[in-house]
Amino acid sequence: MLSLERLSKTYADGTRALSDLSLKVRESEIVALIGGSGCGKTTLLRLIAGLDRATSGAVRLDGETLTEPHPAVGIVFQEPRLLPWLTVADNVGFGLSDLPSSERRARVTHALEMVGLAEHAGRWPRELSGGQQQRVAIARAFVTAPKVLLLDEPFSALDAFTRASLHEHLLALWEESRPTVLIVTHDVHEGVALADRAVVMQPKPGRIYDELPLHLARPRDKTSPAFEAAARRVLTALDRSLHEPRQAAQERDREPAGLWW
Amino acid sequence: MAEAVARTGAQTKDRAGPAPGATSWVPGTRWALGLLLPLSLALLWEVAVRSGLAEGRLMPPPSRIAATLYALTVSGELWTHAFATLWRVAVGFALGAAGGIVLGAFSGAVEAGRRLLDPTLQALRAIPSIAWVPLFILWFGIFEASKVALIAVGTFFPVYLGVAGAILSVDRKLVEVGRVFRLSRFGLARRILLPAVLPSTLVALRSGLGLGFMFVVAAEFMGASEGLGYLLVDGQQLGKPDQILAAIIAFALLGKAADSVLVLVTRPLLRWQDVARERL
Repeated sequence: MLSLERLSKTYADGTRALSDLSLKVRESEIVALIGGSGCGKTTLLRLIAGLDRATSGAVRLDGETLTEPHPAVGIVFQEPRLLPWLTVADNVGFGLSDLPSSERRARVTHALEMVGLAEHAGRWPRELSGGQQQRVAIARAFVTAPKVLLLDEPFSALDAFTRASLHEHLLALWEESRPTVLIVTHDVHEGVALADRAVVMQPKPGRIYDELPLHLARPRDKTSPAFEAAARRVLTALDRSLHEPRQAAQERDREPAGLWW
Repeated sequence: MAEAVARTGAQTKDRAGPAPGATSWVPGTRWALGLLLPLSLALLWEVAVRSGLAEGRLMPPPSRIAATLYALTVSGELWTHAFATLWRVAVGFALGAAGGIVLGAFSGAVEAGRRLLDPTLQALRAIPSIAWVPLFILWFGIFEASKVALIAVGTFFPVYLGVAGAILSVDRKLVEVGRVFRLSRFGLARRILLPAVLPSTLVALRSGLGLGFMFVVAAEFMGASEGLGYLLVDGQQLGKPDQILAAIIAFALLGKAADSVLVLVTRPLLRWQDVARERL
């Protein structure tokens, strides 16, 4: 169980990226963090990954407090971030340097097969398309068999078609080891296609606005009425999360303007 | 189904391949075009001198330069001089580059080191290297040591700047990948920083080598009994422009050859690079 306990993050310049955020994620659960820009989704993942320190609060994984990168936590960034001087296979095996080479090779080969890039093992990252590079990044994160996998808008730079195929690859990999997955996205349909639960976040400061369970059978049919309904529910929540504070602010602004003349 | 989607997706976006941009000419033509201008100028001058239109005393025609170059080669003189020059450049470059790499890495990787070292080195860099010559002669005498010292100083600065700058500009995002996989400081340096700075380090080494050849001429001007720079001075004092031009050609060939060797030796390290054009 991954539990986030009253997490707050204030940056040095005074920006409050997260405020008092608490969330519990069950083992093997897939949670989609959905929200507009600037609501601290990326900050949240960076705290869990141990790349940044929380100002207050704690991240606990099965009771253990995480403050720095942990072997049980993997992350896929928004960009592939492959190391250009390593071949595709060496990139996937980057985190496995402690293993004997035969086992490392077996794991890498398997991971590449899972993302459909087995025949590209010996290539350089520059020779791959954006979607393929992101698949390599996903394989690199999965190959170490993390308990928690964090994905930070991993498909946002890709076209809809490539994205759909990557969803399939991701779910296939997840089926194998069933890690806990936190995926940040601003695409409601992506969230509904993948997650067991959608967490809608709200900006300034970043916090949770609403949580919506998504009880849809897998594999999910994106054209089914149930899928559409779930997507609409999430969209409505997202809409409200974005407009509520702004409306309040607008009403406040109107008063002095009225007084002026 | 998913498999099929993946396949098609892969095929449509596949194969970025080697970057385009290099014109697909027949290789021979490309060379020929580059040679056209110098060859026709040389030919023109040769004809002008032979036909008596020009005297060619201060600017000898290509045939005379070639004859001088040939004579120097056959007598073995050219080799003696070229070897002396090469030896100075090699030793000076090795010292200067090693110093530049070590101090550049230190200054680039360690914040305190940069604050300590960089201002002093930047101040020293502002001094034209040739200005050290009188001091080096006082310190090291008029023979090899002062010449090598000058070349070392000349190559040190571009290498230092290149290495320090390269380390400072390593992509933070790649460093984070290293952190996610919990690399030690040493692991981070070996597996991320070193490969990341390699391309610009090699560019810095190449410009250092180029400067090395520049300073060897200056060093040999200030008094040498052998070396290609000595051939230049000798040619001037004895009024032999063909010897000067022969030495200049030898310099050009030697410099180009040294640079090519450096590029060839390091090419395997940079196969991964995503460069827009073939390197010059």
